[in-house]
Amino acid sequence: MATLHTKAAARAMMSPAVILLLIWMAVPLAMTLYFSFLRYNLLMPGMEEYTGFLNYEFFLTDPAFPIALANTLMLVGGVLLITVVGGVFLAILLDQPFWGQGIVRLLAIAPFFVMPTVSALVWKNMLMHPVNGLFAWIARSFGAEPVDWLSSMPLFSIIIIVAWAWLPFATLIILTALQSLDSDQKEAAEMDGAGPVSIFLHITLPHLARALTVVILIETIFLLSVFAEILVTTSGGPGNASTNIAYLIYTQALLQFDVGTASAGGVVAVILANIVAIFLIRMIGKNLET
Amino acid sequence: MSRTATPQRKALFTLIGWTIGLVLFFPILWTILTSFKTEVEAVTTPPTFFFFDWTFENYLAVQERSNYFLHAMNSVIISVGSTALGLLIAVPAAWAMAFSPTKRTKDILMWMLSTKMLPPVGVLVPIYLIARDWGVLDTRIALVVVLMMINLPIIVWMLYTYFKEIPGDILEAARMDGASLRQEIVSVLAPMAVPGIASTLLLNIILAWNEAFWTLNLTAAKAAPLTAFIASYSSPEGLFWAKLSAASTMAIAPILVMGWFSQKQLVRGLTFGAVK
Repeated sequence: MATLHTKAAARAMMSPAVILLLIWMAVPLAMTLYFSFLRYNLLMPGMEEYTGFLNYEFFLTDPAFPIALANTLMLVGGVLLITVVGGVFLAILLDQPFWGQGIVRLLAIAPFFVMPTVSALVWKNMLMHPVNGLFAWIARSFGAEPVDWLSSMPLFSIIIIVAWAWLPFATLIILTALQSLDSDQKEAAEMDGAGPVSIFLHITLPHLARALTVVILIETIFLLSVFAEILVTTSGGPGNASTNIAYLIYTQALLQFDVGTASAGGVVAVILANIVAIFLIRMIGKNLET
Repeated sequence: MSRTATPQRKALFTLIGWTIGLVLFFPILWTILTSFKTEVEAVTTPPTFFFFDWTFENYLAVQERSNYFLHAMNSVIISVGSTALGLLIAVPAAWAMAFSPTKRTKDILMWMLSTKMLPPVGVLVPIYLIARDWGVLDTRIALVVVLMMINLPIIVWMLYTYFKEIPGDILEAARMDGASLRQEIVSVLAPMAVPGIASTLLLNIILAWNEAFWTLNLTAAKAAPLTAFIASYSSPEGLFWAKLSAASTMAIAPILVMGWFSQKQLVRGLTFGAVK
């Protein structure tokens, strides 16, 4: 390219983005790491001192930690299961010709654009409320006992709320991939007498592999850090029943002002995310290279 | 599965499609309907669907009681500001990566992607403390910068995938025809780059508008955008469902419309160009 034919120009154009991101990543991470070895509470300023791995011990032996870890995995796994399976079905449905297809598609993807605090509050109050919620009314019209969703099954309820927001995302991506599928291949298979199930298993699904990996990767990144939905629905409760790692660290940092333990938790969260990321990138690397 | 659609088949799929579409959209529809009810009507059982006294009082009440426009303005400034700032930094970077790639370009892109995997809680404490010590807690500028940083990798990636599709040869051709550098940029490059930049802009405004980790943790009253403002309705005192619905409808409507217009770009942006 003649307009920027020197490498120096290219480097100059790239450097602001690279340097800013580097600072954005390195400085706070280094600070988190540093704080994680200090006894540091915002309510006791000036009392900071080195404590070795004590904060890590506190964080990891806190009975809330294994619960939060399990909740995080259930939340990510549950939402992934619903959105990936549901997304495949919904995408196949939206790929069929029917009247008003375009409008249905708009309706189906709408939840993705709803901000997390709105979706959480709408579900919590207007749908899942045990007395005045719509689900309670439906249950009563069938003569059943209304369920107090967010107190009796908080984690499951949050999974439903989050999955509702992410199902459109999965659907949209799978649908885009589906529409790039060559119909000749399917017709050839049909001529050879293949049924819909075997066409799905042997042609459609392999074609979707790349899109599915991308969906899983991106959703996992976002779902590991679900926060707002928990904050406004259950505040992590009852007890720790719906606390995930992100929320646990938040309570330690901004509610208990325990910077040291929260930072140790932050380091643990970063390590966990990295384990997941390495695993995912390896899995996806195979799919993305082609 | 026969691809030739018989009328029966089409009718069946119309029925299934509309049922599922309406079920998925229902929470939003319900919010919009409730926003036009009175507070009493909003909580009555059995619920009323369309036949109630439609009222606009909630929309007025939301503004009167809580200065809705301040928060809406915050959302606009934060999402547009962070996106504009991000584009300013990302356009040159993506341009350089797309048109003069080096051996390390791929690595840099992958590294940028990997910064998105850093969980925000991992840096919550230092960012909060820095913001506090610099006196920028609960200010728009802090959120503009933070949201710009968290979306920068997506902006760079998305622009990169668009710029990569601009054929480099066309510049050669323009130059052969005697185009000056200025003409080259204005009449050849810009028209091809603008659609990509516009889609990136749109997607990032949507992402920034709905961001709800940093906006909740770094704001209180003054700089709170709509995400944080709506969260204040979670307090248990009193049931203000109609007002909550009115505030929610106003908060999601503009972005929903933008989202509908940018479906295609959304897929590409959110998948880092891996699915088009």
